[in-house]
Amino acid sequence: MPETPSSHSKAMETPILKASGVSKRFGGLTALDGVSIAIEPGQIYGLIGPNGAGKTTFFNVITGLYTPDTGEFLLNGVPYTPTAVHRVAEAGIARTFQNIRLFAEMTALENVMVGRHVRTHGLHAGVMGAVFRTAAFKASEAAIKERAHALLKYVGIDRYARSLARTLSYGDQRRLEIARALATEPLLLALDEPAAGMNATEKNGLRDLLRQIQADGKTILLIEHDVKLVMGLCDRVTVLDYGKVIAQGLPSAVQSNAAVIEAYLGTQAHA
Amino acid sequence: MPSLQLSWTRRNAMLGVVLLGLALVLLPFVAGAFGNAWIRILAFAMLYVMLALGLNIVVGYAGLLDLGYVAFYAVGAYMYALLASPHLFEQFEWVRQTFPDGLHSSIWMVVPLSAALAALFGVLLGFPVLRLRGDYLAIVTLGFGEIIRIFLNNLNSPINFTNGPQGINKIDPVQIGGISFGKTLDLGFVSLPSVQLYYYLFLVLTVAVVVISIRLQDSRIGRAWMAIREDEIAAKAMGIHTRNVKLLAFAMGASFGGVSGAMFASFQGFVSPESFVLMESIVIVAMVVLGGMGNVAGVVLGAILLYAIPEILRLIARPLQMAIIGEEIIAPEALRMLLFGLAMVLIMLYRPHGLIGRRHA
Repeated sequence: MPETPSSHSKAMETPILKASGVSKRFGGLTALDGVSIAIEPGQIYGLIGPNGAGKTTFFNVITGLYTPDTGEFLLNGVPYTPTAVHRVAEAGIARTFQNIRLFAEMTALENVMVGRHVRTHGLHAGVMGAVFRTAAFKASEAAIKERAHALLKYVGIDRYARSLARTLSYGDQRRLEIARALATEPLLLALDEPAAGMNATEKNGLRDLLRQIQADGKTILLIEHDVKLVMGLCDRVTVLDYGKVIAQGLPSAVQSNAAVIEAYLGTQAHA
Repeated sequence: MPSLQLSWTRRNAMLGVVLLGLALVLLPFVAGAFGNAWIRILAFAMLYVMLALGLNIVVGYAGLLDLGYVAFYAVGAYMYALLASPHLFEQFEWVRQTFPDGLHSSIWMVVPLSAALAALFGVLLGFPVLRLRGDYLAIVTLGFGEIIRIFLNNLNSPINFTNGPQGINKIDPVQIGGISFGKTLDLGFVSLPSVQLYYYLFLVLTVAVVVISIRLQDSRIGRAWMAIREDEIAAKAMGIHTRNVKLLAFAMGASFGGVSGAMFASFQGFVSPESFVLMESIVIVAMVVLGGMGNVAGVVLGAILLYAIPEILRLIARPLQMAIIGEEIIAPEALRMLLFGLAMVLIMLYRPHGLIGRRHA
């Protein structure tokens, strides 16, 4: 591996996701301009910026929704080209959506069970296995169900396992989305504004849940508007403005960065 | 004790299934007392249950509105008609030479073959419409259904494949183990007319289709279909290969239609393009919607109601009017469409999710 920042004490750990020189243009608008980030294992990595800074575009690029114009990606050290959306989960990035996208008319349990889809392959998982209810099929279904229950319990909503997803409260729907994403056994859990629309209590609950997930060894990429949440939670932060990285590093350092303050508050007006 | 309770409900369920099965086996004897026409209605109802369950996979599970479903019914029917009638034999010298005894085909070949051929057509339809949704999908599938029918109508020249609008007749009845379904079977203590034999055959196939539907619904594949129905982008993000999963839905759904079509051809002994018009597709969609999209019991109920009730009306409306009023005021066909429309309006108003909605309301 080439140059790793030597200041980092944990020597030579392979980043979970390393993106370098990512650019994306929509017609005349440069939404991303040479963005590079490296997310180390076990980190909660924050990506923040004012409205229209390119956070969601970056997110959509790494999850395969948009094809980048330039940029290279390494996922856990392996070259990764996010071209087809359905391959992203298989490769190891699971995401949630800014405007919750659950399978509304399916139960909470079934939602999480869908998350297991990508980790259950083989003949028994196909039509024949389902129709003839082979032993392998039954074992696989039982394992999927057990795992799904465990994940619902983990995010604290197992009591709603049999409720339709659309009947859950807003905060619980967010949790369900996270459980569904975790079901794919991701290397990187990518959350697109998970705190959007949450009240203070729900935000605290979310913070605890994300800390718990981190403590259990997962790596999280967090896109968030709520600066307070990001600063309190994240190990590293990248600030985007007009598609460019304007600051990168520890939350405390970023917070006092002049460019960041300017981006968020604007330059002082001359009277 | 919970375990005891579970075994109780389970035993009750088993008992229910056994009783229902017995009732379905005995039903044609009761119906037959009023004439074979009634058994015929029952047998046709089974065909429509198969069709509706096939469409339910595409519309109910995967959420892809298909208005050309009758095309798969046509594919199955014409496949059987060509294999089991002298038509190809008379048209093509090489067929006569290759198969000097004719193409009389056993049911063990016909069922898988019609399912496979219809599934192939399902994939053929599926590929161009992968990116379409809602209204656009409906229009393209509608076109597909019409294309198949028009092909069947016109493939009689320059080479006569389908015999055009005249259709194909002299189709052999199904045979199982040397027993022809075209003749009355005398078992000594009871003799079963041809329609009743067909009824039992269709019943067995319908049960198979019901079991397959239920089992698919509650499986990894079924969940993937429903995930696509609910939110395609989220389904993709969960790693579901939406193209393959959609094509699978089209193929599975079509295969039920194909089997039903083959059975229709052998039952009728005659097929022609006019059995496969757009109205048929619409009626099948209506069965699925009326019963409850995505719910097997609902779809079965919808198919039976929409097929059997109008047919029963057709049988009794005239005598009833003659008896009460002394003359026929409303023709049975008009009455049928009237009630059909009324049923759809009432369902849309009062039970938009169908008679039996999805599992948990």
